[in-house]
Amino acid sequence: MTSRLGLDFFINLVAAGLARGTPILFATLGGIITERSGVMNLGIEGMMLVGAMTAFSTARSTNNALLGVCTGMLAGATLALAYAIVVVHLRADQVVSGLALVFFGSGLSSMLGASLVDQKEATARIPSLSLSVLEDLPILGPVLFKQNLMVWLGLALVACGSWILFKTRWGLVLRAVGEHPAQADSLGISVLTVRTVCVMIGGAMAGLAGASLSLAISPGWVDGMTAGQGWVAVGLVIFARWNPGRALIGAWLFGTLRRLPLDLQGVPSLPVFHNPNIGYFLSMLPYLFVIGAMIVGSRQALRRRLGAPASLGLPWFRGDRG
Amino acid sequence: MVMLKWHLEPRLDTTTRQRWIHTIASVAAALLVGAILLAGAGVDPLEAYVHIIRTGLLSGYAVSDTIVKATPILLCALGASVAFRMKLWNIGGEGQLLLGAWAAAGVALHWLPPTTPSLFMLLTMMLAGALAGAVTCAIAGVLRAWLHVNEIITTLMLNYVASLWVSYFVFGPWSDRGFPLTPSFPKGATLPRLTDIAASWPALGGMTAHAGAILALVASGVVSHALARTRWGFEIRVLGQNPTVGRLSGMNHARLTLTTMAVSGALCGLAGMTEVSGVVHRLQDRFSPGFGFMGIIVAWLGKLEPWRMVVVAFLFGVLLVGGKEIQPGGVPQMLQGLILFVIVGSQFWLRFKIRVARTEPTS
Amino acid sequence: MNRIAPSADPKDTTVAMRGMVKRFPGIVANDHVDFTLRRGEVHALIGENGAGKTTLMNMLAGVQRPEEGEIFVHDKSVQIRSPRDADQCGIAMVHQELMLAEALTVAENVALGLRNLKWQIHWSSIERSIEEQSRVLGFDIDPRAYVWQLSIGQRQRVELLRALMRGARILLLDEPTAVLSPHEIHQFLASLRRLTAQGMSIALVSHKLEEIVQIADRFTVLRKGRGVVSGVPTASTSQTELASWMVGQKIDKPCHDVRSPASDVEVLDVHDVHACGDKGFEALCHVSFKVFAGEILGVAGVSGNGQRELADVLSGMRPITSGRITLCGNDVTHATPARFLRAGLAYIPENRRTQGAVTSLSLAENLALKTYRQPPIAKRWGLSRKEMRSFARRLVDTFHVQAVSLQQPAGHLSGGNLQRLILARELSRPISLLLAAQPTRGLDIAATRNIHDLFMAQRKAGVATLLISEDLDELSSLCDRLIVLFRGRIVARFDRASFHRDAIGRAMAGIETSA
Repeated sequence: MTSRLGLDFFINLVAAGLARGTPILFATLGGIITERSGVMNLGIEGMMLVGAMTAFSTARSTNNALLGVCTGMLAGATLALAYAIVVVHLRADQVVSGLALVFFGSGLSSMLGASLVDQKEATARIPSLSLSVLEDLPILGPVLFKQNLMVWLGLALVACGSWILFKTRWGLVLRAVGEHPAQADSLGISVLTVRTVCVMIGGAMAGLAGASLSLAISPGWVDGMTAGQGWVAVGLVIFARWNPGRALIGAWLFGTLRRLPLDLQGVPSLPVFHNPNIGYFLSMLPYLFVIGAMIVGSRQALRRRLGAPASLGLPWFRGDRG
Repeated sequence: MVMLKWHLEPRLDTTTRQRWIHTIASVAAALLVGAILLAGAGVDPLEAYVHIIRTGLLSGYAVSDTIVKATPILLCALGASVAFRMKLWNIGGEGQLLLGAWAAAGVALHWLPPTTPSLFMLLTMMLAGALAGAVTCAIAGVLRAWLHVNEIITTLMLNYVASLWVSYFVFGPWSDRGFPLTPSFPKGATLPRLTDIAASWPALGGMTAHAGAILALVASGVVSHALARTRWGFEIRVLGQNPTVGRLSGMNHARLTLTTMAVSGALCGLAGMTEVSGVVHRLQDRFSPGFGFMGIIVAWLGKLEPWRMVVVAFLFGVLLVGGKEIQPGGVPQMLQGLILFVIVGSQFWLRFKIRVARTEPTS
Repeated sequence: MNRIAPSADPKDTTVAMRGMVKRFPGIVANDHVDFTLRRGEVHALIGENGAGKTTLMNMLAGVQRPEEGEIFVHDKSVQIRSPRDADQCGIAMVHQELMLAEALTVAENVALGLRNLKWQIHWSSIERSIEEQSRVLGFDIDPRAYVWQLSIGQRQRVELLRALMRGARILLLDEPTAVLSPHEIHQFLASLRRLTAQGMSIALVSHKLEEIVQIADRFTVLRKGRGVVSGVPTASTSQTELASWMVGQKIDKPCHDVRSPASDVEVLDVHDVHACGDKGFEALCHVSFKVFAGEILGVAGVSGNGQRELADVLSGMRPITSGRITLCGNDVTHATPARFLRAGLAYIPENRRTQGAVTSLSLAENLALKTYRQPPIAKRWGLSRKEMRSFARRLVDTFHVQAVSLQQPAGHLSGGNLQRLILARELSRPISLLLAAQPTRGLDIAATRNIHDLFMAQRKAGVATLLISEDLDELSSLCDRLIVLFRGRIVARFDRASFHRDAIGRAMAGIETSA
């Protein structure tokens, strides 16, 4: 722990913020894919919890962290499939269904995960990257090269997501389905299939987010351990204006703010932060940041007339009137 | 070659019978899926369901306990339903409840002397609770109305802020000798309970149902009347269905957004007041098992009709009381989510008929 | 126009529809209709509104399913159940509502239609081929532009281009010229010729006779769902013959020419108004006019030239950036819709179902929308359901709204009935200005006439009326004066004495400015 409010402090903060923001980054990227296809998903929190619980449980019983991540993603995708059937095929209200999913997910994870609480030790985890040469680089070393593999995966998925969305046929189809489903349908694209797949990808990403939480960033299973990060992801999708690159910024800022109270309490030269009561207010910062980000985001959206995918939240069906 | 093809036909009207069958079938389906999951968690589902009914419904004490749980759920459901009528998604009932409880506790412990006459004390607490909830929710309302900020996210984020706010007070300045709770409220600041009149009605001894239940029923009546028979109720319905027509009819969208959110928050804040004043008798960390969120589900399952919500809230109370002792935890919440999920999803069969027709190709 | 002879050989038939039947509740939209399309021809499908032209094309495009009848494409019997089936047959339909994603670029929209699109998209090569293809067709399209930046005419061309690059050989165009200015229509028709030259077969739905004579090789006329003539060569037919086939026996136009002079009481004064459209560009520019009591002022123009914004501004739904608006002596420049309402505005919006009524609420509630604040319906804070019902009953009877019950959702009403409901509501209280946008669009002749009569009655009662319409016949039969909007400016003003179709048409195209 650093003793002064110096460069080291900030390097540590940036590095820790990146790590803390990684689960949210996964969830936000998944949300972007889902919403780009025209489906809102408020259920991310529930999927994350189930993902975190299954991942931890699998990793613990098989002692294989990778398998844990995979089952976590699978669990997220399975919940997402149920969600897709209800909102895409049965055209149910997406807000309410998403909320129901959060309830179901947090209840289920707390029910199935009851025996896992406080079993942190002796569980396989996702390791950190270890590149002994690069670790010692100034600044970049701690920020990038001492990070958990999951952080790297997050950065890779940002690049990958941007590429898929804007440079591949798949991304084009996905965006077209979100913007103008009737058009996509008339060109022979199966709107319902694309949306189902996108919702499931979003679910898998939420599961990955949960897994990265329980196996890498804060290893272990605690009931309700996501503490609202799934909801934050929903907000960050809007802040990111449905762009993976901006999602990285949002997730990193959120992660940093979440880390800030902890780091500030460790600085001896700032006794004011040693008062634990200040901590409660500092802990509000990340949530207030999301509200602030939403305000900024909405104002920009209003001014530049850019916004959500045109058919976001609207169920689609082929209007055969006869 | 004979082909089977199916297509959908919208139903314009449904009969009461169809709706009943639909609801019962949906709940049954949800309970069935729930049973499978329970079995997966190593719980005997049949035993669990029987246990829930027995401990939640089948005795005077059970009913009293159920009413205790149903009271804040109903108030939060009323709050949520008011906002949902206008298609405003106030998901922040939990935070509003917490701050309502906080404000009520503040009145009871700090802002009024403990010797204040009970009626005045309780009314002030209600007012403070409602006001705190209203202000919290109105923040999201203002952002929604004038800056077009999505209220789902803001109300949700305010839940976490509210929870930290309460934590600060119960751990810090209002803490009782360092424990994460405040001292007990003075006698005058607690809502009368059934057991309080056990002296004259011995059968009621030990029953904890409190006057908040009556308050919640009165609130149901008021909300029901306000929605159906006032200009405000008419206006929020029109604006919820079609804001353009509403504005063209001279309704002030921004102002109604604000008032509706405030009313919604006030009802949730009131729920917080009844909980601390009627049940906990002090403010403590994590006193709510998510009443605010349950209110949202109840509002939806009650189709935003106050009297239906009374029934659903009661049933949720049964689930909560009966499910409390089932290990592992989380069962009631899982079932609540599941029931809502299945019912919302199965609305489809109320809206559409599936017609299967055999067709001979024309060629 | 330079014609390349299409195939006259009946063997070259690409599409044949035989005995097509389609019923909608209450009407037979297509009653055993036949239609054929040959390679390289433009076949016009004409008829009045509601004659069943669009239904026939929708069945070919897989949007609607026929109840009876057979479709052959290239002499093979086909079942077209969905747009995808149509697509497989090489059929592409350009609907009135264009099928383009506005938030995507031209290249992205076109690429979506390409059949051989690679997994990884090389945008530069796609952009190049779009540029190439549009040069061949004489289109001016920037593949990198976003669709929302394009005019309606350009968007149509993007859709044509996409259909062509997708490899469609059969194009169905549903009233493509309805939203174009005369200049754009000319360009558009020329581009159709270039498409047929490449072997395309085009079915053109229209009710504009001039166009058909100009461009079509053959035509089919529908009237009330029945084919009057089918596949007649245009060369051997005169325009008057066409018109009589289309209309059947001549219907007398209601004559509204016996009119009292307008008063000189100024009701609405719009002074030098500027306003922005949805995309932030200026949609109204230096707009000034007055409307007097007892007159009908028409606003003509091709749609998308500022009419919608003008209606928004005059109902308080859109802020203006500069200028002044006075209604009955009240300054309503930056007023809310509520202030306009109080100042005596009645408004018939363009879209009945999204702006005119709350389709999920009952008739009674819809009818009370403008009067629920006053007694007897309002009782202090409360609302009297009983008074609301009796008020609604009175209006439904007076305005002949055909309804099953007052409790039925307004959305269940037919277009004409719904429009009568809206009119009933708007005229249910004392008003001084009636603002109507496209009030008779999509209505049948009887309903249209009914609404015109109501307007004339209001005129007689001394109400000032501002009528925004694209229908020149409607405008010239009803209006006392006419202004023409082009690109957000008033480019011409006409008095009733000087109504001249050609001059108005030229003004609508922005060719002549006499304002």
